Amino acid sequence: MSETPIRVLVTKIGLDGHDRGSRIVAAYLRDAGMEVVYTPPWQEISNVVNLAVQEDVDAIGVSSLATDHLIVPDLMAALGEAGLDHVAVIVGGIIPEEEKPLLTDAGVKAIFGPGASREEIVDSVTELGREAQAKKVSAEDFSR
Amino acid sequence: MNNTATQSAVQGDAAQLELPGFETAKSDWQKNYDSQIGTDRAIENRSGIEVKPIYTPEDWSGDRYLADLGFPGQEPYTRGIYPTMHRGRTWTQRQLIGLGTPADYNERVQQILGLGANAISLLPCNSVFRGVDCDTVPAPLLGTCGTVVNTVDHMEQALDGVPIDQISAAMNDPTPFTLLAFMLGVAKRRGIPFEKVRGTSNQSDYISHFVANHMFYRLSQPGSRRVFVDHVEYCLNRLPNWNPVSIVGQHMQQAGATPAETVGFTLSTAIQYAEDCLKHGMHPDAFLPRFTFFFDVSISFFEEIAKFRAARRVWARITKERLGAKDPRSWRFKFHGQTSGVDLTAQQPLNNIARVAVQATAGIFSGLQSMHTDAYDEAITCPTEETARIAVATQNILREEARLCDVIDPLGGSYYIESLTDQMEEKILETIELIDANGGMYEAVGAGVVQRIIGKSASEAQDKIDTGEQKIIGVNCYQIDDNPIGETPPYRPNPETMKAHVESFKEFKANRSQSEVDQAIADLRRSAATEDGGNTFEKVVDAVECGVTHGEVVEALRDELGFGHPLIVA
Repeated sequence: MSETPIRVLVTKIGLDGHDRGSRIVAAYLRDAGMEVVYTPPWQEISNVVNLAVQEDVDAIGVSSLATDHLIVPDLMAALGEAGLDHVAVIVGGIIPEEEKPLLTDAGVKAIFGPGASREEIVDSVTELGREAQAKKVSAEDFSR
Repeated sequence: MNNTATQSAVQGDAAQLELPGFETAKSDWQKNYDSQIGTDRAIENRSGIEVKPIYTPEDWSGDRYLADLGFPGQEPYTRGIYPTMHRGRTWTQRQLIGLGTPADYNERVQQILGLGANAISLLPCNSVFRGVDCDTVPAPLLGTCGTVVNTVDHMEQALDGVPIDQISAAMNDPTPFTLLAFMLGVAKRRGIPFEKVRGTSNQSDYISHFVANHMFYRLSQPGSRRVFVDHVEYCLNRLPNWNPVSIVGQHMQQAGATPAETVGFTLSTAIQYAEDCLKHGMHPDAFLPRFTFFFDVSISFFEEIAKFRAARRVWARITKERLGAKDPRSWRFKFHGQTSGVDLTAQQPLNNIARVAVQATAGIFSGLQSMHTDAYDEAITCPTEETARIAVATQNILREEARLCDVIDPLGGSYYIESLTDQMEEKILETIELIDANGGMYEAVGAGVVQRIIGKSASEAQDKIDTGEQKIIGVNCYQIDDNPIGETPPYRPNPETMKAHVESFKEFKANRSQSEVDQAIADLRRSAATEDGGNTFEKVVDAVECGVTHGEVVEALRDELGFGHPLIVA
């Protein structure tokens, strides 16, 4: 049986609209064979959660170039409330060193800064996406 | 440039140039070059123009000097738009500033004026760009990237002690131009006549927001068009020293358009605005002298210089021949240049000082009227005081120590620069033709034509970086094990001061005369509701004086004119 493709939501939350990075990363992931759901910038957190449920994604990539990462912990909390703990959240963009713990403590699985290569990003999303799929399957088994 | 000139430049031979011995010398050089170069590589600049190893009178002979270049201050302005250029008056040093509360902003402005800057700018917080007030936004996002200005009171605090009747102010202020309205409110309080208010509405170019910069969400595309034309008309009638329009090439180049595509799209946008103003009965020589441009200056040194020289030439001909302008002031392509942040790296950030110096040199040689140099921490955070100081010092060093302003258009007459200027012009004209064929910029953007071209160029540029064809020091070569983002603490406003700012805003709203506010909003809505409802911007100015906030103005106009939805193309 072939593996189920990884499904990724690539999005931006908060106030900034610079989307060159999120578009390029979305194309990287799509070219690597993943199923990519792409949104325009300025998504409300509640909308990201709804999309994650509807589209049944394994991973969410959030691009932040202008401090919007500061509300990623709110996104994590909302995902948790919706029962989406298994979904891997990955943040890319300009994340100052001293603010990284804010994200990782909230459960963000990986952070990519400027200069991250296509390969690094694709490998990491693949690995985290597979993990998320496995977690979800075991959760479903458990609920049966 | 016309086609005959290109052909004579490309096909010119030595006999035509009357240079005895040219052919022999050339073939000798070619032989030596071929034997020593090894494997030669094809080189293209960012606009896709092939760059040769050497340029000679065959590429540019000077026989069309007067028609294509002339002297500074003469048509077609290739060498500069004023007779004296930087030898007479250097560019305006206009650093972009925007952070924290209005009081934080004021402190930084006072500092930068003290360091020799002779103009100011104001970048509002991203919440302001979004069209909302500070009391509706998650607190951690306020003031991190710009100043939180929602009312005339806020603007008064921001401009405290700044002589707005003496120095020029540029506001990053998309439709419906509330920041200008706030500033006019301040002028009124200080007893400064509107005629004396000087500056530019930056980011007034709504088309560029629908293409690349995404500030479109304030108003729909047709709504923006309406408010924009009203704003130009208001400025023509009431603010003789205010430039209502800054047409922005920067967003498109930053989003990935090549330098030549950028100029083509930007001039097509300018044509669109001019034609809209003509349709509303404005005279070309009334509004064209107030059109200004805003561009990125990238590190592609020669290409940038050729880009701006070609842009001046093309614009002079468009304004005269296509738009019917008779006043030479209408023909002049005035531009602000900002050193390109896209070229800067988060890795080894001090290297950015060198990059900015090269970009700024290109900008000066291009004959810009106003300049912003990026701070070296641009790729990481809002500039700190120290990095902002170095950015201004870079301009001062180039002017005073390197003496870059001694000679006007110093690269003019270089075979390479002139030939490249001709080729950039050709590419720019091709882009303008393409946009014309799609019904003009307004239609082309609505149909996604421009976005598709930019997306393609952006991914081609990224491919070149990914494959290492385009080297970026510290990113894909000469890397060191540094932790760039860790070295510079990011700018974050003081949460306590910001909280107090939001609290006092709420208090202000609770204490204003609600009946006056309601009346002003109703008037504003009425003006927008129908095509002949009067000038919407005039109503914005009236409304903010009654205490109507930024978010309320945008909301009222959105209700009447529609919300700006993304015109994003896959």
